[in-house]
Amino acid sequence: MTKREATCEIAIVGGGLVGLTLGVALANAGFAAVVVDRDPPASHAAPAFDGRASAIALASARALNALGLWRDLAADAQPIDQIRVSDGRSPLFLHYDHRDLGDEPLGHMVENRRLHRALLDRAQGLSADPLPLPLPRGEGERVADARVRSNLPLPLREKVGERGSLRLVNGVTVTGLDQGPHRATLSFADGGTLAARLVCGVDGARSRLRDMAGIAARTWSYRQTGIVCTVSHTEPHRAVAHERFLPAGPFAILPLTGNRASLVWTEREDLAPTLLALPDDEFLAELGSRFGDFLGDLVLEGPRWSYPLSLTLAERYVGDRLVLVGDAAHGIHPIAGQGFNLGLRDVAALAEVLVDGRRVGLEPGDAAQLARYAAWRRSDVLALAAVTDALNRLFSNDLAPLRLARSAGLAAVNQMPALKRIFMRHAMGTVGAVPRLMRGEGL
Amino acid sequence: MSRRESGTASSVDAREVAAFDAKAGAWWDATGVHAPLHRLNPARLGYIRDRIAAHRGRDSLGPQPLAGVRVIDIGCGGGLVTEPMARLGAVVRGIDAGAAAIAVARDHAAGQDLAIDYRVATVEDTAAEGGRFDVVLALEIVEHVADVGAFLAAACAIAADGGLIILSTLNRTWKSYALAIVGAERILRWVPPGTHDWSRFPAPAEIARHLRGHGARVTDVSGLVYDPVRNRWSIGRDTAVNYLLTAAVMRGR
Repeated sequence: MTKREATCEIAIVGGGLVGLTLGVALANAGFAAVVVDRDPPASHAAPAFDGRASAIALASARALNALGLWRDLAADAQPIDQIRVSDGRSPLFLHYDHRDLGDEPLGHMVENRRLHRALLDRAQGLSADPLPLPLPRGEGERVADARVRSNLPLPLREKVGERGSLRLVNGVTVTGLDQGPHRATLSFADGGTLAARLVCGVDGARSRLRDMAGIAARTWSYRQTGIVCTVSHTEPHRAVAHERFLPAGPFAILPLTGNRASLVWTEREDLAPTLLALPDDEFLAELGSRFGDFLGDLVLEGPRWSYPLSLTLAERYVGDRLVLVGDAAHGIHPIAGQGFNLGLRDVAALAEVLVDGRRVGLEPGDAAQLARYAAWRRSDVLALAAVTDALNRLFSNDLAPLRLARSAGLAAVNQMPALKRIFMRHAMGTVGAVPRLMRGEGL
Repeated sequence: MSRRESGTASSVDAREVAAFDAKAGAWWDATGVHAPLHRLNPARLGYIRDRIAAHRGRDSLGPQPLAGVRVIDIGCGGGLVTEPMARLGAVVRGIDAGAAAIAVARDHAAGQDLAIDYRVATVEDTAAEGGRFDVVLALEIVEHVADVGAFLAAACAIAADGGLIILSTLNRTWKSYALAIVGAERILRWVPPGTHDWSRFPAPAEIARHLRGHGARVTDVSGLVYDPVRNRWSIGRDTAVNYLLTAAVMRGR
């Protein structure tokens, strides 16, 4: 295969939910972005790829709306009007009701594959004019955009305010990163290269790009496994989400559209494989003993999924012409349902920093601008990581005194409306130095 | 940032040129000796863009707000302001008396695929050639020249009638002594001690008086203010330390 060299303005490595959202945000803002992903096109949107659903906080929904994505998602988004938090089978519980704050729901549940489909559709709409972009296509690799074939180099977009574009390239594996003074260059398994003013590492908690940039990360394993599945039930859920703190870890019942719910069942890492291997009826029985019968009869919808739970924090969020976004910078415990929301806040902050910079004539790789992104995100991430970590440690045990203190604590918070409102606003993502996109504004 | 002795009469201070040229390689290191300039750059660039756009009746947030505007950046150093002007659409010349700075600037612009006319020259050289520009930029430089009056006379001479002169410098106040000399140089070590000579800091009224003598009227004086909590610079009203000044050139009116 001949060596192919291509250039672009901003390269995004990782075509997951956060990577694609970043691509859409940057293209909307007038940048020419290319998303490279090692999986085949549209595989993320296939039902067998990702069985999870994401809690979309109010601020995240505003951002998705500002990016033109919410219209496609609204029909598949289940509002959450109330959240009931309880400790095991204790009768005391914490109750969040959206009516305490206003008319809008506390958040929405959206299945990840629906999110992915909406992002792909939007990405197609932002696809660049048929400029040639030579990128490696090895055996079994496919390029999403069939027009992308010739060997002519793509000119770098240097002028301000030209129409942005987004290009998806699937089935390519990044094998190298060279951070030069004017460009960072990605090399691919088949010998092709892509040079960009800025490379964004959005390739997950075990980011290879982070390793290639020599950025260390610390990982703490919780020795827990998140079991995820979807059930249908006979009684309506009335837009209520339940979070139960069981001895093995939190058990969440999250309402989906129709009479369906997404379950996130945290189990000890050594017990999870046994549960996952059970026949459907026995698995459902185990589920029922934790779930209860308040939603009537349960039927398993689709396969069961499992994810090891850990906390990963990168030492730095930026390097020369490189920025880490989403789980590559910070993979937090899913206890508070904030992973995707945190990734979206990264996207909103980075897009804002880059747009502000371009408006004064700075280029995307400008180190002072990247430093602004890093400083902005670090404080937010550390606060959330510390809270979720502490919550998990506090609740993942069955010591009687702790359980009593927890229940009393939850009940006490429930009696203090002001404190409750503060917690709720944090969960909804509407506090602090909120990026413009997260306020639903344009860039 | 600096200027060289040359054949024509010059406001250049040779020691200042040598001092800046010695660290020319660090111009684009955002964490090096020029880190403070990288940090304040977005604020001053925004000011320059807004002033030019307002003067020409353009949308400063639109695409290419400076399209076609002829800009000269006096004492351009490595091109920290010159390059952004070019990206915003301006037709740019950058001049500096330091040959090492111009070499760095040319090399960097090539890597950024930007067409910028960089020259080792003084403002007096440029005036002698009869160059004329819509916008004359003199940023963080007036406080380093040997003769402010001669420098501003030459700056006015190369401005087109109806054009703008935009400069940034440090005010000569007790506050600027405390912050720029004692604070930035001696305590924080943002810039090496000896970078600035407080007695050379020009007050806005002194600049205005010189400019008026050459047909340029001051239209705006704004402060460039540092926020230590957010570690960011912004445009504000306090002109006691760093300030930006805009003057409109209207000859024979």
